[in-house]
Amino acid sequence: MSKVILSVSRLVKKYPEVLAVNGLSFDVYEGECFGLLGPNGAGKSTTIEILENVINADSGEVLYQGLPRDKNFAQQIGIQFQNTALQDFLTVSDTLRLFRSLYDNPVPLSQLIESCALEGLLHRDNRKLSGGQRQRLLLALALINDPKVLFLDEPTTGLDPQARRNFWQLIERQKSHGKTIILTTHYMDEAEVLCDRIAIVDRGKIIALGAPSQLLRQHLPGMIVRLPKTAIGDPEFLNFKINFTQFFIEIITENVEAVVAQLLAHKIPINDLTIKAPTLEDLFIKLTGHALRE
Amino acid sequence: MIKRILALWHARNLEFVRDRASLSWNLIFPLLLVVGFSFAFGNANQAQYKVGITNADVEAPWLSKFQHTNYIEFIRYDDQTIALTKLRQHQLDLVITQSEPQYWLNKLSAKGYLLEKILHAQVDVPLKLQQVSGESIRYVDWVLPGILGMNMMFSGLFGIGYVIVRYRKNGVLKRLKATPLSASEFIVSQILSRMFIQLITSMFIAFSCIYFLDLKMNGSFLLLFLMMLCGSLALISVGLMMASRCQSEEFAGALLNMASWPMMFLSGVWFSLDSAHPLLQQVANLLPLTHLVAGMRSIMLDGADLTQLLPNIGALLAIALVCITISASRFSWGEN
Repeated sequence: MSKVILSVSRLVKKYPEVLAVNGLSFDVYEGECFGLLGPNGAGKSTTIEILENVINADSGEVLYQGLPRDKNFAQQIGIQFQNTALQDFLTVSDTLRLFRSLYDNPVPLSQLIESCALEGLLHRDNRKLSGGQRQRLLLALALINDPKVLFLDEPTTGLDPQARRNFWQLIERQKSHGKTIILTTHYMDEAEVLCDRIAIVDRGKIIALGAPSQLLRQHLPGMIVRLPKTAIGDPEFLNFKINFTQFFIEIITENVEAVVAQLLAHKIPINDLTIKAPTLEDLFIKLTGHALRE
Repeated sequence: MIKRILALWHARNLEFVRDRASLSWNLIFPLLLVVGFSFAFGNANQAQYKVGITNADVEAPWLSKFQHTNYIEFIRYDDQTIALTKLRQHQLDLVITQSEPQYWLNKLSAKGYLLEKILHAQVDVPLKLQQVSGESIRYVDWVLPGILGMNMMFSGLFGIGYVIVRYRKNGVLKRLKATPLSASEFIVSQILSRMFIQLITSMFIAFSCIYFLDLKMNGSFLLLFLMMLCGSLALISVGLMMASRCQSEEFAGALLNMASWPMMFLSGVWFSLDSAHPLLQQVANLLPLTHLVAGMRSIMLDGADLTQLLPNIGALLAIALVCITISASRFSWGEN
């Protein structure tokens, strides 16, 4: 891939109660979409805010294009925070105008409206926007200075499936314009759709780093055969590696036929059997030993 | 830089004007108060007799009997001209100096006439009389500058302090910090926006009261505007200072109340502090509202000129300077 745009090494951030970030190191390449994945409280937001230069790390280093970040950094990046209130009583168009005048070289208003699908919302009060509309306005604010790097902190949390898919399209469009995107999410499907590379973060540490498909091949080769626990009594007769979840048993195998043949040979009903490719969620559970949204 | 300040100034003004509830409250509440007072106290004067004493450190045994009369309040003045001004405005009924047997009387005051009879009955030495004259000042005339000032105080403290703490808590400040906007640009834009709003509403209230309720205006509107400008700046700076680091609206509310209630009663909004304990008067002199109300009152009632207002203006600007310096150095964009 192309050259490194952001380089992060040995980042540490302590809060009075918790060690939020515990020695993170990774590189982000120009033009890629890099995802920080992890459960709530894993340290994703703290990490991304350190990268944005909004909060300071206790120790560690962040280099932008090989150099420490200077005053100019703020003009080169766009940020969408996780929880941002906007001024009450201002309309979408007032808000865009306000933020445009805070930057030296803002993107034309018409371009922002077009790229974030804000047509028809311009005269609406900020408080009367739906979740998806709000996130689109916040994305427009992040894009106002035509940034090189776009930071998105859980951009689709709380949106309905339709709105999430619409938002993904907008982000795909920014990717195709060559922007580097760094996003945090706890939705694995979002990361699979959008991210070129991901870092799975748990308790302030990176536990896996790479392209989603490569990580899956590496840690979960094969397919998952899943059966309800009720369908199978004592699974010990199966000589495969078995995972137990709350309601299911899961057999991870590269030879699905052999598994099914063995189940049939033991007269196990296979009406409720499912076979699926492993997802990032399965990977996460395997790596951390606990479910993602706990 | 100017462009950023203006943009934020404009946004804040829009927010205020579109917030109908607080806009109308800012205009209607003080007007209602003044209208209420003009009916309640329109022509009534306080029943008590008030006598001003000057040169009070000189022994005056001839006066001691008079000084023990019940129902007369004796107020000491170091400055004889102030006492005489009050006499002209019927805020004092009689002025006596202890350095020689001499007194002053307002020939238009009925209470002064009665007091003179009492005085003569209780003093044996011959007294020299000097007369002054002047129309009485109704309480509503006297209280208008106080209400104007109080309105500016609440709008300055809460309109700035509360709003900034709310911005900080809900993340508006954090979002602004992520832009090239600097803390001082943000602070200046907030100050300018609130001053602009305050000056317009206060001048509107003053004009309405003077023309529609026929209240007294003996001085220049330009000076009144200048006084309001300085007062507005000082009060806003106090609000800004209190909000510069505060994280919770509850705590900010408590702080702002702690600042506003003493001013409400110690700054001469509702009643004169002339007869208050000297220590209390010194405390009052530290409060910006005291200087704003005193300045506006001397313009509206006595037609004061710029030189007479300089001490008040100076005090207000000094308070503003101190508070803005503290705010700029302590200002926090959010929790960190």
